[in-house]
Amino acid sequence: MIISIASGKGGTGKTLVATSLALSLGKQVQILDCDVEEPNVHVLLRPTIVQSKPVCIPVPKIDKAKCTYCGECAKVCAYHALAVVKKLVLIFPELCHGCGACSYLCPAKAISEEGREMGVVELGCAGEIEFVQGKLTIGEAMATPVIREVKRHIDPTKTVIIDVSPGTSCPVVEAVRDSDFCLLVTEPTPFGLHDLSLAVDTVKVLGISCGIVLNRAGGTYNRIEEYCLEKDIPLLMRIPLDMGIARLYSRGATLVQGMPEWRGKFLELFHIIEEIVAEHRQVRT
Amino acid sequence: MKEIVVLSGKGGTGKTTIVASFAALAKNKVLCDCDVDAADLHLLLKPKIKETHEFRSGQTAVIDENRCTRCCLCEEVCRFEAIKGLEVDATACEGCGFCAQVCPENAITMEENLAGHWYIAETKYGPLVHARLGIAQENSGKLVNVVRQNARSIGQKEGLEYIITDGPPGIGCPVISSLSGADLALLVTEPTLSGIHDLERVVGVCRHFGVLALVCINKYDINEENTRIIEKSCQNQGIEVISKIPYEPKVSESIAEGVPLVEYIDNGASQEIRSLWQTLSKVVRANQ
Repeated sequence: MIISIASGKGGTGKTLVATSLALSLGKQVQILDCDVEEPNVHVLLRPTIVQSKPVCIPVPKIDKAKCTYCGECAKVCAYHALAVVKKLVLIFPELCHGCGACSYLCPAKAISEEGREMGVVELGCAGEIEFVQGKLTIGEAMATPVIREVKRHIDPTKTVIIDVSPGTSCPVVEAVRDSDFCLLVTEPTPFGLHDLSLAVDTVKVLGISCGIVLNRAGGTYNRIEEYCLEKDIPLLMRIPLDMGIARLYSRGATLVQGMPEWRGKFLELFHIIEEIVAEHRQVRT
Repeated sequence: MKEIVVLSGKGGTGKTTIVASFAALAKNKVLCDCDVDAADLHLLLKPKIKETHEFRSGQTAVIDENRCTRCCLCEEVCRFEAIKGLEVDATACEGCGFCAQVCPENAITMEENLAGHWYIAETKYGPLVHARLGIAQENSGKLVNVVRQNARSIGQKEGLEYIITDGPPGIGCPVISSLSGADLALLVTEPTLSGIHDLERVVGVCRHFGVLALVCINKYDINEENTRIIEKSCQNQGIEVISKIPYEPKVSESIAEGVPLVEYIDNGASQEIRSLWQTLSKVVRANQ
């Protein structure tokens, strides 16, 4: 089963929930950090990294001996990553998405592809938890190829927990896609609610069922609860606003390590998710 | 005109709270929300929208079933796994058009996406340009460019002194679009290990694009040891920490009331943000 942890708004506690859930399960679990721009799971789990692999996307390389400067490559490139000026082909690798259209369609067969590194995937373990993270190279814009590569390491025999970046655009879609369930972590403020509703819409477009974790709960703002009722989305867990928890997190300690009583609550959360997913599968078949 | 962009790397460190307060403190400015896929600044500034524009960007493949002979070449060439069983998954399609180019029956057309909207609005603090990326859409970097360009042209037309930009979290495409060519980046961090780690990466991005970065440690008193670590590491890298804002429990309340913090309370955190703006505006004016 694949459970992704997303939020819309940043800093609501995704990584706290993802790591605590993984630690509570303990075995037969894989955690994937797909927030490749700012991966933080490693800060909390301190895994031993055993392997690091570059992530490359294929970008065009011109064989000048074969090139007739016909301009077809520039014409087919939707990203303007190629331009042909007289007897010169200009390549802008940072614009290239690696779709491969130019090399396939070159009438002179003058284009081959070479890998351009845009990040790394690191593999390791933290206790019995299998750990995979992606890291986008600083200065690179495109996160999705790195996310895709992280997800190639999914082990379907295990429970897979995916930590997702904030927001609702392509990196989030790429990370959440093909999950069995998406946990959305939010906070009781209008910011939390606004971004949660965008995240819920995104998850719906992907056809994935979701549930909500309300972090920093307490206080008088109850619009999140109202929203859950209105949209019929289960509110699965509340983590109270607590300076003790905030301090734990600041030191890089997870909730279940610092407050072991949370282990039971996270296991309960996991079983509820299992039930929802099983029900969802039944409805589908 | 000087452009200040507020970034953080890590999400939820207080960018929007600080920008909304700057909105209340700064004179002669245009405000700009570049966090286009989870924009929140408008929730505090309560804009009156004057103009709504469509953001059309990118394309999605559409297969004409009547012409399709099920040869599946499209599915074979697509590297984004966006075509499965001759159905296009619009959320996976990157709009490269490879499939349309190779289809022997010309059964595939590329249709332009309505990828979101952007707005020019008036607030009691001055003009605001913001946007809303469509659900599960891409090209947020391009939308950020549109928002910034429009903020700039408003600033020029009205002879304003500052563009103040609320940036997105992370270090990827929308961050690069928000940052490149700006005069100054204010990096808001928090004294958590994650905050420290993420700050390092966003500092790297500022350096990569040659933008002057200054650091503000929000909620510095949550972990003063980590605050010292941040100060030391910034010092080693020649980056100035220009502000330390104490934890303020009333921040959530001020957001719920929809009021910038400096107008909601007048104690430690809010006074610190006032002096932060003083320092920041001085530095950006002096920075040529």
